[in-house]
Amino acid sequence: MVTVTINSIETQVPEGTTILEAAKSLGIHIPTLCHLDLHDIKMVNQVGTCRVCMVDVEGRRNLIPACSTLVAPNMKISTNTLRAIRARRAIVELLLSSHPRECLTCERNQNCELQSLAAELGIREIRFKGPRLHAEKDTSSYSIVRNKEKCVLCRRCETMCNEVQTVGVYSAINRGIETVIAPAFDLPMIETSCTFCGQCVSVCPTGALTETDDTQDVWSALANPDLYVIAQTAPAVRVALGESFGYPVGTQVTGKMAASLKKLGFDKVLDTDFAADLTILEEASEFLHRVQHGGRLPILTSCCPAWVKFFEHSFPDLLDIPSTCKSPHEMFGAVAKTYLAKKLGIDPKKIVIVSIMPCLAKKFEAKREELSQTDVGRDVDFVLSTRELARMIREAGISFETLPDEEFDDVMGESTGAAVIFGTSGGVIEAVVRTAAVWLDKDNPNPEIDFHQLRGMQGIREAEVNIGGTEIKIAIANGLGNARRLLEDIRSGKANYHAIEIMACPSGCVGGGGQPYHGNDIEVLRKRASALYKEDSEKQVRRSHENLQVKALYDEFLGELYGEKAHDLLHTHYVKREIL
Amino acid sequence: MAQEALEAAGSYPEIDAFYDSLPDKNGALIPVLHKAQEVYGYLPKDVQLYIARKLEIPASKVFGVATFYSLFNLEKKGDYRVNVCLGTACFVRGSEGVLAEFEKELGVARTETTSDGTFTIGSIRCVGACGLAPVVMVNDKVYGRVTPDDVKHIVDEYLGKGGE
Repeated sequence: MVTVTINSIETQVPEGTTILEAAKSLGIHIPTLCHLDLHDIKMVNQVGTCRVCMVDVEGRRNLIPACSTLVAPNMKISTNTLRAIRARRAIVELLLSSHPRECLTCERNQNCELQSLAAELGIREIRFKGPRLHAEKDTSSYSIVRNKEKCVLCRRCETMCNEVQTVGVYSAINRGIETVIAPAFDLPMIETSCTFCGQCVSVCPTGALTETDDTQDVWSALANPDLYVIAQTAPAVRVALGESFGYPVGTQVTGKMAASLKKLGFDKVLDTDFAADLTILEEASEFLHRVQHGGRLPILTSCCPAWVKFFEHSFPDLLDIPSTCKSPHEMFGAVAKTYLAKKLGIDPKKIVIVSIMPCLAKKFEAKREELSQTDVGRDVDFVLSTRELARMIREAGISFETLPDEEFDDVMGESTGAAVIFGTSGGVIEAVVRTAAVWLDKDNPNPEIDFHQLRGMQGIREAEVNIGGTEIKIAIANGLGNARRLLEDIRSGKANYHAIEIMACPSGCVGGGGQPYHGNDIEVLRKRASALYKEDSEKQVRRSHENLQVKALYDEFLGELYGEKAHDLLHTHYVKREIL
Repeated sequence: MAQEALEAAGSYPEIDAFYDSLPDKNGALIPVLHKAQEVYGYLPKDVQLYIARKLEIPASKVFGVATFYSLFNLEKKGDYRVNVCLGTACFVRGSEGVLAEFEKELGVARTETTSDGTFTIGSIRCVGACGLAPVVMVNDKVYGRVTPDDVKHIVDEYLGKGGE
């Protein structure tokens, strides 16, 4: 332990503690901007670039950054000397002097760490007139918009992309006033190996990184009387959307979400969870097919589009191990524009599928050429993030809080508990195992349903599940860096599993890049995940193969599980991509 | 890193040999970039990409380092690099006027290369020959006490000589 004094209060903290952490333990708040410590997901940005956290230390000539300086024995620290206060203000004024002060029209208005900091310090004038960077926005990708002008060079995106996700798209380029954070050769995002996971957006303190806004196109579709617009909602949206309307973190707002989508004017409000159940049936069948026909193992889940793009870039030699199943919302689109169109008697060309997703990578995925059908068009037409849906609800003047709960519409609106947990790390594989436990162990009158060994938040988890005397070895990874470690072990033959679930975002879709900002608090993700498990436990039907609407889909339209028609509509292929 | 990706980036045997000769592969990036610039005169995109794959680091990192240090060139330079010293001593003795005269004579601005690829104009900071201020360097040759009137003579000296 080290004894230090902060603002005349003596305390003892463990060796290796930063001044910032020591102050926090005493309830002393030191303002920060670039600093971000999400150690649960190994995201620690401690680069000390912004200099907002400067404090006075007795005996030191210069002010020192609290976030990146470790305490030393008998250090005497003052956080609010006149010198420290003036320096802090000057630094924030300097940051603001080169920042486009467009708060009124900025997507991050009222949700911006730079804005909050200026408010916290009570900045009323900016004494400096600095040069300002003028740069075009990068709108090349379908998922992420980069606005270099709003970048404060905190390097959080770089740390997230390089260290946590190991994708390595961003680096600081140039020097001095010309420094920007950019991909190699300043390439447009669409030409890089960006997976569009959107985690950089989740940690960006300002409006420098935001999602591609598709709300205007959706408004147009909704207003067009010739179109039949169908909404589908991913599982993780229903446990996060409420946060945008002041509900406590972890509140399920499934009923209000469905009700507000109907108010927005969607012709049908259906559930991606229906397609999650469908995915389970196809994926479990594919798994059994591989096992019975000596196919390649392990099987890897393919629901996560950021993960799919990641392995296309980084593991082009392993393209035969991921499941060929399309992701649930793509399956949904393919089925809606065929089966449902026929059932409703609507020309599939007039159907517009809008996916509400916790994810930014889904926006890119929806534009993949192979995820479409001749004469019908794309499986999914537009993808809105949870944040975009919240904005549309607000813009339409819908009083979310007072809205009575409503159910999803019929056909493709029904889902099981197994589908609900797709939204969190471990949920997809648990859903597979629930069905496999019944299929493989036909004599068991009371098959297990809760597989607690598969749940949790750790980046890499392993579990063995005994089904009818067979040990099935399972691995689960969330976060792309963890996925890379797992895949490298498989490539080298070090690891041996039957099935692996991978989600690109820390703790899975609940922590997706399109979710309401978590405010740098990982506890938020945990609460959202618990809400999903709660919704699951309250469902009457909790195994995918017991979904009667999915059963009807096979009986009336698809025919055999993993059969020819299913292949045609529900499966896809992958392409080799370069690393850039 | 897949060998495949490395091969796709091209073949640069000089870089391979140099990298293999390094006793410590940690911190190899800057020495390798130096070597590449020595061999190719500048750091073309393909070379940066090759280095990224060889060293198994993101291309963004290589590009970041290459753009940070001013001594790395991302564009091909002329056969003759005219560098006018803008260090304090040279500056007060009028090197800015000498530089302006080079720009006028060659018809390109500083940091640019003439369209025939003969000259690139640049500036440097103090070569330690302040007694000779203002100083101009053309490749490795030093000219002292240069006045704007000397500029045409210096340029003529290299014209018609072709590449070194």
